[in-house]
Amino acid sequence: MDISVNRESLETMRVFDLATTPLRELNSALHAIAPGTNDTNFEVVNPRGSHAVAVGIDQPVTVEVRGSVGYYCAGMNDGGTVTVHGSAGPGVAENMMSGTVVIEGDASQYAGATGRGGLLVIKGNAASRCGISMKGIDIVVHGSIGHMSAFMGQSGHLVVLGDAGDALGDSLYEAKLFVRGEVKSLGADCIEKELRPEHLEKLAELLEKAGVTDVRPTEFKRYGSARKLYNFNIDNAEAY
Amino acid sequence: MCGIVGLFLKDKTLEPRLGAMLSDMLVIMTDRGPDSAGIAIYGPPSDGRAKITVQSAKPAVDFAGLEALLKPVDASVAVELKSTHAVIEADATQATAVRDLLAQERPDVRVMGSGDSVEIYKEVGLPKDVVARFGIREMGGTHGIGHTRMATESAVTTLGAHPFSTGADQCLVHNGSLSNHNNLRRELVREGMTFETQNDSEVAAAYLTAEMAKGKDLGQALTSALDDLDGFFTFVVGTKSGFGVVRDPIACKPAVMAETDQYIAFGSEYRALVNLPGIEDARVWEPEPATVYFWDHEKAA
Repeated sequence: MDISVNRESLETMRVFDLATTPLRELNSALHAIAPGTNDTNFEVVNPRGSHAVAVGIDQPVTVEVRGSVGYYCAGMNDGGTVTVHGSAGPGVAENMMSGTVVIEGDASQYAGATGRGGLLVIKGNAASRCGISMKGIDIVVHGSIGHMSAFMGQSGHLVVLGDAGDALGDSLYEAKLFVRGEVKSLGADCIEKELRPEHLEKLAELLEKAGVTDVRPTEFKRYGSARKLYNFNIDNAEAY
Repeated sequence: MCGIVGLFLKDKTLEPRLGAMLSDMLVIMTDRGPDSAGIAIYGPPSDGRAKITVQSAKPAVDFAGLEALLKPVDASVAVELKSTHAVIEADATQATAVRDLLAQERPDVRVMGSGDSVEIYKEVGLPKDVVARFGIREMGGTHGIGHTRMATESAVTTLGAHPFSTGADQCLVHNGSLSNHNNLRRELVREGMTFETQNDSEVAAAYLTAEMAKGKDLGQALTSALDDLDGFFTFVVGTKSGFGVVRDPIACKPAVMAETDQYIAFGSEYRALVNLPGIEDARVWEPEPATVYFWDHEKAA
């Protein structure tokens, strides 16, 4: 485990050991931060799969989590930078508003669900339903993602360096999906689309933000909505 | 919700600690379901001996003089009382006769499980109380599974608790809910299976028992389950020497696994695994949907 910290940050770093400190103390401290404060560096040790670590941040704090976390880590994040030096359970960065969440390991199901903004980087793999109902969040997964990812995605970008599972982008609205590897199957109303210059530009920007240096934007395929489900088709009336 | 755990040891030096390790894993999962809890432990089988774990709501009445009662059909019978449960050890050739006599003389006694090596303990209440009541921490063994229940499909009773055992040395724990269990139960009854409860998970256990009775191994039976069981499930299943895991294709019920040179472990959440030796360096992964995972001590040997 990497626990190196430089001397400067150590002086202002507040450390919460979840083996001895209740989770609520950590989250209360994070919520008590006033705008403009300098006391913005936090470290969490011994998370041991705890739920709801560093949820509800609304200031530009930095949280380094040393170990693996359970459900809903960094949920509702609004402006914070949370790095998990381990893996994350279900619902990491759920409904993120802004800021950055980085998972050094793998993420379980529905990572980044309903996220409205910010950047979620998963350096390992993400399980099923990654980016489900995403509404503006950008998600970059270095590995592969599971089935039903970006289901009903409304806006934002999902970038996958590896493969995608079954039913990618089912019932998709306007979220833009980029997959470098194989897509096992596309969901209803999701189709491959042309990778235009503006998409290459956006991809380059997201890859750079996510610390990816050895992959070119041209290696990806773009998937998006065929927009066939947007309006009721009168020819289908008999089906109801 | 429900919390399920499983531990399959590869390193024999850990075997005396199986009960303690599994108990810790289960107690951590308490907040996933506080209604009832249960554990199955596979101990070392002894040649020619069978074990029958039984339960009674009135142990003072039902277990009084039990050993003496059973001696006439098997002089070697030994009964160990553990709270509401008792483990009857008998000559394997007389096990059926012992069960028949038991059913006749003590009709309120329920069989939790039987076989060469498995012992099953389950009760309503919190995992910490259930494992303490039966002294699970002191038990050794090769593999085991556990469950803490948040009831959805049937009553909160001892018989509704997991693990469910429907065949010799077989047991199953389930997180989820099945939607075709009534139909499947009727079909299995026609095939000769008997049921103790209206519980959906018992149907899953009986289904696997029926499939294995047709000659399938645990891995093959679990593969068939993916076709024949409808609903949500993460199952962890034990046999005399095997340990299996399968999740339905939707896979919304959580599951984490860890493997080292010493063990294979399953937890509903990573929290359940954090106290295991060497977990920091274990291979930790989420089992894939609709994928059967299956290990066997005999095949590994």
